Amino acid sequence: MIEMRYEAPRTLKAALALLAAANGRAKVFAGGTDLLIQMRSGRVEPELLVDVKGIPEMRSIAEDKGGFRFGAAVTGMELVEHEGLAGMWPGVIDAVKLIGSIQVKGRASVGGNVCNASPAADSVPALVAARAVARIIGPNGKREVPVEEISAGPGRTSLGHGEMVVSFLLPRRPKRSADAYLRFTPRTEMDIAVVGAGVNLTLNAKGVCTRARVSLGAVAERVLLVPEAAAELIGRRVEAQALERLAAAASAACRPIDDKRGTKEFRIKVAGVMARRAAEIAVKRAKGEV
Amino acid sequence: MSTTVMYEEKPLKVVGTRPLRPDGVDKVTGRARYAADYNLPGQLIGKVLRSPHAHARIKSIDTSRAEALPGVKAVVTRDDFPDMQTEYAAAGELTINFRDVTRNMMAREKVLYDGHPVAAVAALSASIARAALGLIKVEYEVLPHVIDVVEAMKPDAPLLHEHQFTDGVTPKPERPSNLAKRMVFARGSLDEGFKQADLIIEREFNTKPVHQGYIEPQACIATYTEDGQAEVWTGTQGHFVFRAQLAKVLEMDVSKIRVTATELGGGFGGKNNIYNEPLAIALSRKSHRPVKMVMTREEVFRATGPTSGANVKVKLGCTRDGRITAADAELNFQAGAFAGSSVAMASMCAFTRYDLENVRVVGHDVTVNRPKVAAYRAPGAPIAVFGVESVIDEMAEKLGIDPIELRLRNAAKEGTQTYYGPKFGPIGFIETLHRAKAHPKYRAPLGPNQGRGIATGFWFNIGKETSSALHINEDGTATLIMGTVDVAGGSRAAMAMMVAEELGIAYDKVRPVIGDTSALGFNFITAGSRGTFAGGMAAVLAARDAIEKMRRRVARIREVPLEAVAWKDGRGQPAEGGGAQFKPMTLQEIARDAGKTGGTISGHSEINAEGAGPGFGTHIADVEVDRQTGLIKIVRYTIVQDVGKAIHPAYVEGQFEGGAVQGIGWALNEEYVYGADGVLQNPGFLDYRVPVASDVPFIDSVIVEVPNPNHPYGVRGCGEVPIIAPMAAISNAVQNAIGVRLREQPMSPPRVLKAIEAAAGAGAQV
Amino acid sequence: MGKHRVMATVNGDAVEFLCETGQTLLEALRDELQLSGTKEGCGTGDCGACSVMLDGRLVCSCLVLGVEAQGKTIHTIEGMAKGEQLHPLQRKFLEHAALQCGICTPGMLISARALLERNPDPTEEQVRYGLAGNLCRCTGYHKIVEAVLDAAREMRGA
Repeated sequence: MIEMRYEAPRTLKAALALLAAANGRAKVFAGGTDLLIQMRSGRVEPELLVDVKGIPEMRSIAEDKGGFRFGAAVTGMELVEHEGLAGMWPGVIDAVKLIGSIQVKGRASVGGNVCNASPAADSVPALVAARAVARIIGPNGKREVPVEEISAGPGRTSLGHGEMVVSFLLPRRPKRSADAYLRFTPRTEMDIAVVGAGVNLTLNAKGVCTRARVSLGAVAERVLLVPEAAAELIGRRVEAQALERLAAAASAACRPIDDKRGTKEFRIKVAGVMARRAAEIAVKRAKGEV
Repeated sequence: MSTTVMYEEKPLKVVGTRPLRPDGVDKVTGRARYAADYNLPGQLIGKVLRSPHAHARIKSIDTSRAEALPGVKAVVTRDDFPDMQTEYAAAGELTINFRDVTRNMMAREKVLYDGHPVAAVAALSASIARAALGLIKVEYEVLPHVIDVVEAMKPDAPLLHEHQFTDGVTPKPERPSNLAKRMVFARGSLDEGFKQADLIIEREFNTKPVHQGYIEPQACIATYTEDGQAEVWTGTQGHFVFRAQLAKVLEMDVSKIRVTATELGGGFGGKNNIYNEPLAIALSRKSHRPVKMVMTREEVFRATGPTSGANVKVKLGCTRDGRITAADAELNFQAGAFAGSSVAMASMCAFTRYDLENVRVVGHDVTVNRPKVAAYRAPGAPIAVFGVESVIDEMAEKLGIDPIELRLRNAAKEGTQTYYGPKFGPIGFIETLHRAKAHPKYRAPLGPNQGRGIATGFWFNIGKETSSALHINEDGTATLIMGTVDVAGGSRAAMAMMVAEELGIAYDKVRPVIGDTSALGFNFITAGSRGTFAGGMAAVLAARDAIEKMRRRVARIREVPLEAVAWKDGRGQPAEGGGAQFKPMTLQEIARDAGKTGGTISGHSEINAEGAGPGFGTHIADVEVDRQTGLIKIVRYTIVQDVGKAIHPAYVEGQFEGGAVQGIGWALNEEYVYGADGVLQNPGFLDYRVPVASDVPFIDSVIVEVPNPNHPYGVRGCGEVPIIAPMAAISNAVQNAIGVRLREQPMSPPRVLKAIEAAAGAGAQV
Repeated sequence: MGKHRVMATVNGDAVEFLCETGQTLLEALRDELQLSGTKEGCGTGDCGACSVMLDGRLVCSCLVLGVEAQGKTIHTIEGMAKGEQLHPLQRKFLEHAALQCGICTPGMLISARALLERNPDPTEEQVRYGLAGNLCRCTGYHKIVEAVLDAAREMRGA
């Protein structure tokens, strides 16, 4: 029985040193809302927990280049309560609001949500649609990676040995832009997404869509960026016909599984419905109607 | 010999009001002690090793490495428990067989479900105990398994028990089978009945197992001392029944076991069965230290009884003006790994709400590789009623008759002969139908994709063995010792209220306490909605016994004949026409001087309460359906139920609201999900989806009171009826909303969406 | 590594306890500090029965490690009443019969108090969503919601 150790470094450098020394047998410990459950079930048995919640860069929220940079260990509730960030990226906040309960959001972090690499993670489709970029540090220095490239499949990330995500950058928003995230769950709260859809778009002065990104969660082994769906909006008014074609393209892009949370056919059908509804909300927000 | 105490109508001072519950302050401050909150000096932590297979023969168990782990003080397996022969006993509303009880608590020849206990350890800490489990080597011969009830009834299905031959079939079958029992309830002639019908509807329904979902996992702490005495503190609905079962499976004298029922964190029928208690006692016996065992939520789901999943076939015939002429049903219930589901009760209440001449219900109890089922609030009734009330709704729709009106045309009433035996005395079914019809919610406007459904429920309610003692304390307060566990409905308060009413003193002068098994005579389990009925009857009789003694005391002190003393408003006073005048004595005065005037005064009663009153309810469900996703939202929910007498109206409402929301969960999202390997995939509250606060609206409760003539205050019992109707009410509402009938529960969004698309494909208007 | 020695403030009192790395704050409260008012319903953050306040944040203590309590301020159900005086929420729960078996009640009260601190004048819907992380199986939530709305009214002085 190997005794598990706990360390709480105060700097990034110290955290990296601990991870390197543990040679793959350590876990980064932020909110712990996935990690503790996996430890309890025996799915993971780390020898060392590296608690990063005391490292300033991982806990701060600040404006950066006209957008917002927030630490990977910032809690869901802190993000929800940040007026500036919530005002600029309401879709990302829609998504974060849906992670677990208020209790879970009091601890859970977007860093954990992304790196746990569940295909159904709620924050990921919204971040992907938003063009969020993760800052990663490791033994070989710093690199910036679009969020959609972090998951390598269920439970696996593209992070190298000894690397960890420090923060996320949500870019500056052009005028008349807005995002929205919707998911389908059987209960009103507390469920894992059966399907999640994030839509981020920009309209010109005439109300025509000039940029769009559509991202789907829980319908494949990773969160999907669906350019074909976005293409149905770009250059058009976001009205009934475009929305129907968006929905169809979203459904077509899915490659879901049957599992205890939903069947294949249900996910395919509902992905289109959620994408359409999320786009409708995003358009209303972009026009300043909500 | 049984006891009935007749109802008397009289003006009431305490009964019917809403005082605070006596256990309330402890519960809102965190002081209330549930089983897991108990600790004993020197205690060890016990953990259970469970089967990972749905069906397998156990070839060998090697515990040597676990026993050698430092910190492990005892390990038990099947070798530590005696084998039991077939022997039946009542436990709550289901019957148990001791041969099965001992095998369910610790597997012997085979494991029969994912989660079946195979061994248990006691160690200095939870982490050591868990590590020890990992060191136990069990050799299994994995066998094919079957979890579907219809599949399990087929002749070539994997067989759970080689000794099980279908009971209730003649001639006795030659081959063993998973069909443990077949039963038939019948009256009149189905053929005649169907001949008279203008409309015949025949449908098939399927439901999934659901768990009682109590938030407190099972927990117990046991000590066994070298003089052969065992003490157990455990969360149970029936500490006397537990004592009897423990004595049996451990081959100990009943008098050597003392069971204390700790404050219960929810039961709903699921805490009528022993699970870890015998293991904890055996571990304590082996280790010579107390052993505490607390289940994880995962263990609760994998190994404690859910209710049955079932396949139900219903065929009804009626005249064109809605008079039912024939009613036929087949109920195929999963019993889990061992026989004994609630199919008998389901059979008896399937059609009982209606006055029928030609009825047949066939019930099948079927073993499958799932955990042994336990009772769940009106066991079996919601399942059977889902089918029957759906067909009745279809009938009403096809005949163009209002659904409540159709039921009124067939409703059971006083004098109706049931098809399972008794004739009804005064009952309130028709009153609930009328009150529902007249309710403003029945006429609330419905928007697009919204619909309304009606369904009704019936439960027998029971009485049975109960005892109680009432002590008049020196300061004029009273302590009531009850043996019926307060499973949280507030029966403690209701008992205290009835006693206060009888004695003529204030409610807050009566302190109700639940005694452990050494304090009282046998008390049956709190189940069957009997707590307030039977417990109340016993409490009232104990109070009347005490009053009788106080009258005698007054007569002696004041030197007047006994007939001259009446008891009124908390004092012994001259009886009208009694022939003697004297200065009255209050209860306080009698109590203060009791020691000097003949000793302390106590009353007691031991009864087998009879005369429980059947309860009926009518539910109105309004839903809204999202046609694009299949999501069902409950917009309004109204319950109208006859409770005989609401001793404490807020607690009666609490039973309505709680039972209805459990029914809503059963209808919408709760189900056990198994993989092809027979392993349970959703043993947790994340994917076993009970309703959360935002899933349900406020529930409208209407209390109807048609007094039960066989109870001093007219009580019928009310806890079970509320869960019976929701599945059918909601599915009838969905039909009304979007023209799609769902015959599979739960009505989760994928099923609803599929049904919507199938109906659209078939050209039906959607 | 042996056990961690943790010093924290619980319900205003300075406390000290030992715990293994893998022990949760819930286990530390119940088993090391004998504060058994906080309950385990699931151990996985899905039922809210173990809700406590950690440095002013509502959390599930089954998803916090005991060692993390070092230097932090924790509030549990045992600290909700002030001596003899019950918190308005506790009183309203009793008046409205908003509890039956009571196992969810400590967590529900802690969550409700946190809700009203964030939003002193919630609508029925906001109360329901605010308490969605706390499961109750006995009451159907009806009287709980009524009690919280009534307590909010009283606390606003309305």
